[in-house]
Amino acid sequence: MSEAQQPILSVRNVKVHFQVAHGDSAWPWAAKKTLKAVDGVSFDLYPGETLGVVGESGCGKSTLSRAILNLIPATDGEIVWMGKDLRKGDARDWHRVRRDIQMIFQDPLASLNPRMTVAQIIAEPLRTHRPELGDTEVMARVRKMMKRVGLTEQQINRYPHEFSGGQCQRIGIARALILEPKLIICDEPVSALDVSIQAQIINLLKELQREMGLSLIFIAHDLAVVKHISDRILVMYLGREMELAGKHALYDNPTHPYTQALLSAIPFPDPERERHKTIQLLAGDLPSPINPPSGCVFRTRCPQAQERCAKEPTKLHRVDDKTQCSCLLV
Amino acid sequence: MTTQVQMSAEDKALAYPSPLKEFWQGFSYNKGAVMGLVFLAVVVVAALFAPWVAPYNPIDQYRDFMLTPPSWADGGTAKFLLGTDEIGRDMLSRLIYGARLSLLIGLSAVLSSLIPGIILGLLAAFYPKVLGPLIMRVMDVMMALPSLLLAIAIVAILGPSMLNTIIAISVVSLPGYVRLVRASAMTELNRDYVTAARVAGAGTLRLMFVTVLPNCMAPLIVHATMSFSSAILDAAALGFLGMGVQPPSAEWGAMLSSARDYIERAWWVVSWPGLTILLSVLAINLIGDGLRDALDPKLKRAA
Repeated sequence: MSEAQQPILSVRNVKVHFQVAHGDSAWPWAAKKTLKAVDGVSFDLYPGETLGVVGESGCGKSTLSRAILNLIPATDGEIVWMGKDLRKGDARDWHRVRRDIQMIFQDPLASLNPRMTVAQIIAEPLRTHRPELGDTEVMARVRKMMKRVGLTEQQINRYPHEFSGGQCQRIGIARALILEPKLIICDEPVSALDVSIQAQIINLLKELQREMGLSLIFIAHDLAVVKHISDRILVMYLGREMELAGKHALYDNPTHPYTQALLSAIPFPDPERERHKTIQLLAGDLPSPINPPSGCVFRTRCPQAQERCAKEPTKLHRVDDKTQCSCLLV
Repeated sequence: MTTQVQMSAEDKALAYPSPLKEFWQGFSYNKGAVMGLVFLAVVVVAALFAPWVAPYNPIDQYRDFMLTPPSWADGGTAKFLLGTDEIGRDMLSRLIYGARLSLLIGLSAVLSSLIPGIILGLLAAFYPKVLGPLIMRVMDVMMALPSLLLAIAIVAILGPSMLNTIIAISVVSLPGYVRLVRASAMTELNRDYVTAARVAGAGTLRLMFVTVLPNCMAPLIVHATMSFSSAILDAAALGFLGMGVQPPSAEWGAMLSSARDYIERAWWVVSWPGLTILLSVLAINLIGDGLRDALDPKLKRAA
């Protein structure tokens, strides 16, 4: 993961804005407000790397992941995949890219078609992307992939509702991997699972990543999980980037006040330290993304906010070789 | 177990019950559905082989036996098992021949509104910006008109015949299907598995008919079986107004409406077609119920 490598995915200043009817005037001619779900996010992803994305609910993590796959079209910015700007491409380009970028979903059962058997679900990407493969070849690959993710062959004709959450997520992983993609976007893949199952799934993902040389974008709100799997971590707040840093740099030495507040909320597995630690509580609620604060979006809840935070726009800037931060005071 | 060991990996998949057998297992678990299927099968066989099954020609009039009661009642004769109608036609023969027309009308009216209904409903759900509202407003206009009035208008324009009756009935029942399909498709479209299919590279057609449609089938099957019965009754109403199947052809609905005048004097004239319609509709609804359960993997008995 040397910096000399070419990034496989470069996201440059991506914005996803929605036009929403505002509050009490839902008339079609009423002026629409702009909801800035993702507002200018940039990062690079290198082959074999795992980028963790954290942030509280509604900060645009999922929207960002869907924008990368064009499930929700980005409003502005560049999404460069292997040197090609996808936003300038047409539907056929997207179709080709989806062979390389696959996704794992939060709710394992809801992400599987209830009317299809496991074999049909796992084979679906092959049938749409590789129609030239014959039936026997498809089934052979499905069997191999099922074994690889820890399912047994006897389960091949079962339906999703006959499986537990962890098994369903394994089916989802098998479906994502069957095309041998280069990047998998995991949208909170373990937050719906038990802790013991979480560990199994995370370890499976890590194993598969090592074997197949995958890159991962791993979205989560559980900081411990993110720390376990990620190489670098992107902290988002209200659709913007707060901090982008290597995981050790971020956990040992958080630079942004928001990251510091997030990290202070992680419980220690040591009662003595746990009793004496100070949690930085953030005052107030998350501001509305329809009407974000001026300057730094975090300033309304920031314990260190100063006058200039309201005036100057923030931008991710390099603090040291591992860390980029958007705080004006750092 | 020994047989399983001998099987190769390919044969193992075949060891599961075939889809047809699996379907029958699910279906036969529902006893009501099986009874409905048996009844409908009897009616269909009788309709198909009507010339051999029916004792008389349905339009032959036996003027000496007008309004003869059924054979077991006072004044009934063994010649006319279910009695005769007001101009001496054998009720049983008319019911058997009537099954041909009534089932044909019901089935073709349902199919010719179900298929366009599914297509229009899916289009409305998949293109919610322009095409969707357009389709739905047209459907609203059709729903705003009283259905029988619209059917009469259509038959009046096209001219009375059986084909035009079917067309009129299917046009009238189209909005119900479109709304139903659109509503359930729109809920399904927001589900994660549809997004997953999109990520897996499914095109719009595949999304429509492979991903979304099978998950919308439950309410559709129920609605289709229900509208089968209302199609028969609508055809009867049109016939009553002289715009449906023309006399002397035997048709259950027409038999029912033409016998109304004798309801006090000769209960059998109106009861037999009514009962036949009731039982067929019940049978079809039961079959629909069984179909819905058998096609839903979640309700399947564990194999």
